[in-house]
Amino acid sequence: MTIRFNDETFRDDYSFRNSATAIRRFPFPFDKDDYMYSVNMEPHGTGGRAGSVFEKRFDVDEHYVAEMRDRAITLAGDPLRCQSLPHMELAGWDLLELIMQCKAEDYPDLFQLHRDGDRWHWINRPLGIEQRFTFLDPTTLPCGPMEYITRQAQGDFAVLDQRENNLWMDAGMVTSQADWSLDFDIGMNFFEWHAPVPKAAEMGIFQRALKFLLAIPQGAPSRRLNWTMTVNPRLDTSPENYHLWGPEKRTITPENVGAKQYLRVELQSFWRLPRSNALAFPIRCYLIALEDLVTVPKWARRLHRVIRDLPDELAEYKGFAVNRPIIIDYLAQFDDGKPTSPGIFPDD
Amino acid sequence: MTSLMLRVAEAESLTPLVKRFRFEHPRGESLPLFSGGAHVVVEMPDGDVLRRNAYSLISDPQDGSGYEIAVRREDGGRGGSRFMHARVRPGDLLRISLPLNLFALDLRARKHVLIAGGIGITPFVAQVRQLLRMQLPFELHYGARSRDEAAGLRLLPDVPHIHFHISDESNRMDLGAFLSAQPLGTHVYTCGPEGLINAVAQTGARLGWPKTALHSEVFQAPPPGRPFEVVLARSGRTIEVGAHQSLLEALEAAEVEIDWSCRGGACGRCETRVVSCHGRIEHHDHWLSEDEQSAQTRIMPCVSRFRGESLIIDR
Repeated sequence: MTIRFNDETFRDDYSFRNSATAIRRFPFPFDKDDYMYSVNMEPHGTGGRAGSVFEKRFDVDEHYVAEMRDRAITLAGDPLRCQSLPHMELAGWDLLELIMQCKAEDYPDLFQLHRDGDRWHWINRPLGIEQRFTFLDPTTLPCGPMEYITRQAQGDFAVLDQRENNLWMDAGMVTSQADWSLDFDIGMNFFEWHAPVPKAAEMGIFQRALKFLLAIPQGAPSRRLNWTMTVNPRLDTSPENYHLWGPEKRTITPENVGAKQYLRVELQSFWRLPRSNALAFPIRCYLIALEDLVTVPKWARRLHRVIRDLPDELAEYKGFAVNRPIIIDYLAQFDDGKPTSPGIFPDD
Repeated sequence: MTSLMLRVAEAESLTPLVKRFRFEHPRGESLPLFSGGAHVVVEMPDGDVLRRNAYSLISDPQDGSGYEIAVRREDGGRGGSRFMHARVRPGDLLRISLPLNLFALDLRARKHVLIAGGIGITPFVAQVRQLLRMQLPFELHYGARSRDEAAGLRLLPDVPHIHFHISDESNRMDLGAFLSAQPLGTHVYTCGPEGLINAVAQTGARLGWPKTALHSEVFQAPPPGRPFEVVLARSGRTIEVGAHQSLLEALEAAEVEIDWSCRGGACGRCETRVVSCHGRIEHHDHWLSEDEQSAQTRIMPCVSRFRGESLIIDR
């Protein structure tokens, strides 16, 4: 399968579009008609459902080249979106190896990795990159290993150190985030960086999730889906740039909600890294306009029910409370009250 | 639990009590790499009993061609190590969990001091390889009763930062001496008998070391004890835990579904709520806090036992 990469933007004129294929393979996050937090982990790896975003370990899609261009723009304006505390360099190499190896194996027509001992040769055809370097020698790359590889991989990456029975946000590349800041969270532990999340702590969610994550072994990655809503297809919805995107929430009207309101889904995966014992936490962002989403009848019905019945605190926390009535009214016209089938995939 | 079926490639006696086993993929595939201090859980089908013991990996963490462990025969133990010694031969297939590391190096450390007692040397064998490869400053102190019993002598490289302390050669470890001489930012890792770990903790406290710079792994299989009964709240069933069985093993034998990972009281996966307890839970884990242990409202079935009238758990 060859992928045609879109020439599109995630800011200014927002020319981002999903093709019909991208709509069909969108990772719709609701497996039933209501939503509450849960530790909804499942195994991740090779052999996921064919054609879905779960098929490959690091999904590459039609937005790849444009997303990497958008990341470069964000980094040029704010280099602190990429940080790695000194003890995390080894984890950076682990992450580089993991991503290069997975991409080369899963997309041999797009990526190649040739290893001769520690002398590596990496070819990234979509981005036109060819790099010879020495593994574990940072002087042979144009930047640190984590930054190098995450400038070539879609989604944000948090790299978590594991010690004292906790996880620590000690490195990351974060330019397509749902309103959180690496620069603010750097060095925090699992409970500290989750402190703003409503309800979940009292539900014991974090204790259980942490216990699960601490015991993720080598070679057995896991994943979950998370979601929120974003106005316009903007990857960089960061606290640092709230002044740029926050006001856009006020531009939603009943006439434009279908085109301008996006469901934002994060495919989060969790990988134990071999040398450092750190945990890699890729957070891959997928965007879909409501008018595209409702072309799948099951998703239209279900999203209406989920948004309608969501507890107020969650709509507030996820930042779309202000537009919720307009969203519900829009989705209601696609919900005929019929039952929906279990699972997240379209019916046909 | 995610695991691999691996073939025993080598079985070799290192000392009269310790055997080294090497496992390889039956089709020669390479195994996931790991970090020093990681362990695997080996499944041993022993008649009707399925035993599962955790062992530190002693092979090179960056060599995916095989996994190696060293097993000390515990004649008073529950039978897993006796099974490994007496029954496991090259060519056998055994189910091995994927590596998990609950005793990793803290890479913020300016220097690493490793302290091993007896068979507690095993996690350090892989860590030493990692430290040498990364060219990080470290020293290893390895105490054993006698040269004959010191399996580590054959597993460790000949480098000057490894110090042997052999009791019957009268050069026992002087913890105070070498802990007081370390630079700020040093982290200490201890693996061995509880007495050694406590001694390091006390010496560290006396010298003003931060608690977070002292790491330890009690080299512990579930301790045997007196048989006891447990009532399962969800089904109302009563199960018997034998003297040489852990509560986790008894639950598995009764086909109760329960998550687990390290089987040594460290990872927290099998934590179970106690519905009622008339008696005393013998907590042997390192997961629950002291307060949680004394409250007797939670138990770690992999290592902890019970004495008393009745124990009802939420399973």
